[in-house]
Amino acid sequence: MELYGLTIHELQDRLRAGETTSAEITASVFGRIDAVEKEVRSYITLMRETAMIEAQAADVKIRKGDIGILTGIPIALKDLLCTKGVLTTCGSRILQNFIPPYDATVVEKLREAGAVFTGKTNMDEFAMGSSTETSFFGVTRNPWDLERIPGGSSGGSAAAVAADECIASIGSDTGGSIRQPAALCGVVGMKPTYGRVSRFGLIAFASSLDQIGPFTKDVEDCAIMMNVLAGYDPKESTSVPEDVPDYRQFLNKGIGGWTVGIPKEYFIDGIDPEVEAAVRRAIRVVEEAGAKCIEISLPHTEYCLAVYYIVAPAEACSNLARYDGVKYGFRSEEGRDLMEMYKKTRAAGFGAEVKRRIMIGTYALSSGYYDAYYKKASQVRALIKRDFDEAFTRCDVILTPTTPTPAFKVGERTDDPMQMYLSDIFTISTNLAGVPGISVPCGFTTAGLPVGVQFLAGHFQEGRLIQFASAYEKQAHIEQRRPKL
Amino acid sequence: MEKMRISKEEVAHVAHLARLEFGAEEVEKFTTQLNDILLYMDKLGEVDTVGVEPVTHAIARKNAFRDDKVGVSLPPEVSLANAPGGRGGCFLVPKVIE
Repeated sequence: MELYGLTIHELQDRLRAGETTSAEITASVFGRIDAVEKEVRSYITLMRETAMIEAQAADVKIRKGDIGILTGIPIALKDLLCTKGVLTTCGSRILQNFIPPYDATVVEKLREAGAVFTGKTNMDEFAMGSSTETSFFGVTRNPWDLERIPGGSSGGSAAAVAADECIASIGSDTGGSIRQPAALCGVVGMKPTYGRVSRFGLIAFASSLDQIGPFTKDVEDCAIMMNVLAGYDPKESTSVPEDVPDYRQFLNKGIGGWTVGIPKEYFIDGIDPEVEAAVRRAIRVVEEAGAKCIEISLPHTEYCLAVYYIVAPAEACSNLARYDGVKYGFRSEEGRDLMEMYKKTRAAGFGAEVKRRIMIGTYALSSGYYDAYYKKASQVRALIKRDFDEAFTRCDVILTPTTPTPAFKVGERTDDPMQMYLSDIFTISTNLAGVPGISVPCGFTTAGLPVGVQFLAGHFQEGRLIQFASAYEKQAHIEQRRPKL
Repeated sequence: MEKMRISKEEVAHVAHLARLEFGAEEVEKFTTQLNDILLYMDKLGEVDTVGVEPVTHAIARKNAFRDDKVGVSLPPEVSLANAPGGRGGCFLVPKVIE
């Protein structure tokens, strides 16, 4: 196995034993990027030169025995995390030349933990999308089938891990943007509890839903990444001052006697039969591991999509008001006065999906419609949250499919926004309720496309999710296939 | 279309509120798509929400105060470095007053 194909924990063992160096690992990853990036297109910006310098600095530390949580490990960042001095576009023309003067808190934390940054990954524009097709910088392809989408919005981060173009990566999840692409690319992806990870320096989409999390090759790596990312940040007033456990302690502990809730509303018409079969197998696997599965109900599930597509655009239209051609980013030179400059800048700077959501949000918040849309949606959101609170009095974790179908073809859903929105139908409720979720690979379709199973737990129960996912991974013996690239 | 939630005129008005502008063809397309989306939202009318307190943040934190101390800020030239137009330490915009 090439170095680029290994996990964080495998590479750390080798680094500690002096069997390899960060410079070798980083060179291996960039060799892989050179070989496959033309086809996959995971990245918007590569950070090759600084990565090699960071790797050499890591090797100096390792020789001194100063090894941090991620020392010398190549990590990719979604291109909505501010990186000091490095282009940060959010997949948009309007930020095509934006160079942040500071690092996001998670970037700072990863740096302190010793990570080597490979680059900034492609994404749907402003994280609005489920396929990474709305990026101004082109489409990322699914490493398992280059005709297909990698999922989104963090499609570049998911594809980069699946294609071994980094060892692990960071994404953000507003309605499934980590878990959905993780499922479609056959990797592990976690959305932590709202407030668990600081959003400072994350370019905002919907501030009450956005959360940063990792993509990894296995559950142990997910625990390692969470050890770096989680924690209170005084610069981010919605981050929560709760104690952060060592997530590695939850690995390999077993789930004997646990109760697993299977929500009946998540096995609906329209779910792909092969996806359903793979998830039903996952249910049997957790039973073999000693857990008891019970049917539960999340009665407001069918309203999640409608609530989400009011709340998220409403928050987005105010967050995106800052892109006015004045302070940073693209400015149209055509406007003769200030108002024209604003309109021409925003009309040319944003793509169609972003405009659609700004329009929905502006409409839903406008005078006369606020009560019917935004207030109503926020009330139904309260009921969705209550569904989860009640469910977690009956079970330790909830198990669902991550997505209704495997990866679809590039271009298949771009002309039909409602059809595209339905790809997130099983992941959206989690963000509305603020609970954590993880997607773990659970098999392949006959066409060789990966399928993911999603586990959910109560607020701040990421440790429980890691324990459950680790036990599942061990019991399931999912075939160790890699994409043929 | 059986039901119209939003007209072309309203789309043009909302576009103005959002500081966007569309060509005639785009207005047509957006009107159809927004209608489809808003019709889907009608689903929420089925839910009885009488007396339900709206939730805007799943994990509600009360005011997060910090000490009133001056911290490190970005120097003005750094803050202005990304601006498309700037002069004399200020952001430069097109003429506002005739």
